[in-house]
Amino acid sequence: MKPSTAGWVFAAPALTVIGLFFGLPVLAALALSLTDFDIYALAHIDNLRFVAFDNYINLLNNPLFWRALGNTMYFVVVGVPLSIGVSLGAALLLHSKLGYFKPFFRTAFFAPVVTTVVAVAVIWRYLFHTRYGLVNWVLSWAGIDPIDWLGDPHWAMPSIILFAVWKNFGYNMIIFLAGLQAIPEDLYEAARIDGASHGRQFRYITLPILGPVLLMVSILTLAGYFQLFAEPYVITQGGPLQSTVSVLYLMYEEGFKWWNLGNASAVAFLLFVLMTVATSGLMWIARRKGVE
Amino acid sequence: MCAVVLLGGCTRRDDGRELVRFWAMGYEGEVVTQLIPEFERRNPGIRVEVQQLPITAAHEKLLTAFAGDALPDVCAIGNTWVSEFALLDALIPLDPRLAQTPGLQSRDYFAGAWDTGVIGGTVYAVPWYVETRLPFYRQDLLKQAGIARPPQTWDEWKIAMAAIKREVGPDRYAALLPLNEAEPLLNLGIQSPDPLLRDDGRYGNFRSPGFKRALTFYREVFDNKWAPLASNTQIANVWNEFGRGYFSFYVNGPWNIAEFKKRLPPQQQASWMTMPLPGEHGLGASVAGGASFVLFRSSKRQDAAWKLISYLSEPQVQVRFHGLTGNLPPRRAAWATPALANDVYARAFRDQLERARPAPKVPEWERIATEIKLVGEQLANGRVSVDQAAEELDRRADRILEKRRWMLDHQTIKTTTAPAASNKEGG
Repeated sequence: MKPSTAGWVFAAPALTVIGLFFGLPVLAALALSLTDFDIYALAHIDNLRFVAFDNYINLLNNPLFWRALGNTMYFVVVGVPLSIGVSLGAALLLHSKLGYFKPFFRTAFFAPVVTTVVAVAVIWRYLFHTRYGLVNWVLSWAGIDPIDWLGDPHWAMPSIILFAVWKNFGYNMIIFLAGLQAIPEDLYEAARIDGASHGRQFRYITLPILGPVLLMVSILTLAGYFQLFAEPYVITQGGPLQSTVSVLYLMYEEGFKWWNLGNASAVAFLLFVLMTVATSGLMWIARRKGVE
Repeated sequence: MCAVVLLGGCTRRDDGRELVRFWAMGYEGEVVTQLIPEFERRNPGIRVEVQQLPITAAHEKLLTAFAGDALPDVCAIGNTWVSEFALLDALIPLDPRLAQTPGLQSRDYFAGAWDTGVIGGTVYAVPWYVETRLPFYRQDLLKQAGIARPPQTWDEWKIAMAAIKREVGPDRYAALLPLNEAEPLLNLGIQSPDPLLRDDGRYGNFRSPGFKRALTFYREVFDNKWAPLASNTQIANVWNEFGRGYFSFYVNGPWNIAEFKKRLPPQQQASWMTMPLPGEHGLGASVAGGASFVLFRSSKRQDAAWKLISYLSEPQVQVRFHGLTGNLPPRRAAWATPALANDVYARAFRDQLERARPAPKVPEWERIATEIKLVGEQLANGRVSVDQAAEELDRRADRILEKRRWMLDHQTIKTTTAPAASNKEGG
């Protein structure tokens, strides 16, 4: 047997499974996105029309799609750097020699990641409550008037970002922590002997060595944040004034609430294209900077 | 399919009785189990298996079950879904069975409620319980504001709200019309003499003068700060807030009678009451909601399932059910019993139900109602004018109804005035 044949034989089971449970559904969804499959088609197949790219064109002409896209971009552009910043900060604190009770904090920071979104979202909805919420109560000490966090279209998305960052930073923090622990201590020692400050040590040793980890975390977070769904679904149901409708939320409504599967598939593919472009862009920048 | 039946047969206890699978939504599904033993006693050959669906997921679950050929024998579905499932050809017409069941007569039902189950002249559903929305209000606060009797027209309602707002000041409100619900606006809109959809449900009719007047009234309520710009979810506990006088009118459904009885302190029980929904000129119409029994075409035990429906539709059983849940019976005979006739809070509902009207019977209605909610929210926030809101609603409704127009033109579905629907091969 030729080595290449042997390779295919070994890979075949895995490839079959991937083809069957990943490739095939994706192709089916692509086909679906070119039709207007809905409850009528479910009732009788004669009601199914091939519409070519009409679903896509209609979506691009639908203000709600653009609004959902805008909301998602807002969430990604603000949420991803914030999330990475917070998790890096937390990782640095936990890695620092000065820290106390590290195992406790590590667990505490990671706890939100493993709790269910729905349960914690209910609690956060109370924290954000306009008149009885803890957040406004604390702000009132500083003389700040109550803010309608979840009812004001301007504040709803920041509130959701805050919640999502709190919910997710523990995961990245663990990855960063592993990355930090892999940096050889003697590099810092050499830097200290040369008289480098903490800031310079961070800038010239920690960050460059953490580069690949940072890239990976960015891509994971980016991909995750593009798929914003559970948070607005549980906390605001897309409101107020549709200011928290995300692309995936739109897909859910089209597909599972109204059973317009053709339309929903089109939304899914547009999101897929968007995510591919964004992550490829990130990879391109990283490659130019020599990370990877 | 056969394999599924076999598998099911193996796992179930088989005691020789016929098994009727019954899906019911929400709290009703929990409570209805208490009525089943009596039915099983009267029909020794039948066993009923009740499965409870959460209301929020029920519609999706039913459609999924239809797609997967796993529907139960009988189900209580939302009134506004009947047309959808009738069109899917998932329901069987009930007229022949009704003709053989003297205890179940349409003339004893509230007309609006019964009408929700009639699609194209054929009866597909029998109402189980009805709901319609009307204002719960604070008698004491109205009196304080100098309003002697509950308003009956929009103009009187405006005067009352203005007076209450003056009385309670800037931090409290006269009414609560939750922005995350379509019902408050929809109930005002359905009072209009113009239909909500035109040309057999081909196009939206929200630019009609009647609906525009409803939009104007709705906008005015928020412009004058008579109602807060808030959704239900932002008000942590609507019953407490109502008790505290945060708002005096709360347009909502009959299940709140039980809630207010339970949640308001005893000394406050005398302060609240229900009233019929004011209309443009005298008491107005409202949407006939609720749940209705349907029989699924896929069921193999339709006779036994029908027995269950007739049992649960008996006036005495409906009164018992009302006692357990607070849901309102759709039959006038049930309302004649002391439990309901003497209930002061139910009285306004009794009155209102005679004027309740079904929502337009197109499968897309649920979706159009969502757009009414969204555009209503924009209108309340002052983002659009009344004319813009009406135009936007028509535009959105027309887009949603595009497929329906195509099918009516190509006659793959029939109009709602003729007997319905194509035939799908049985599984």
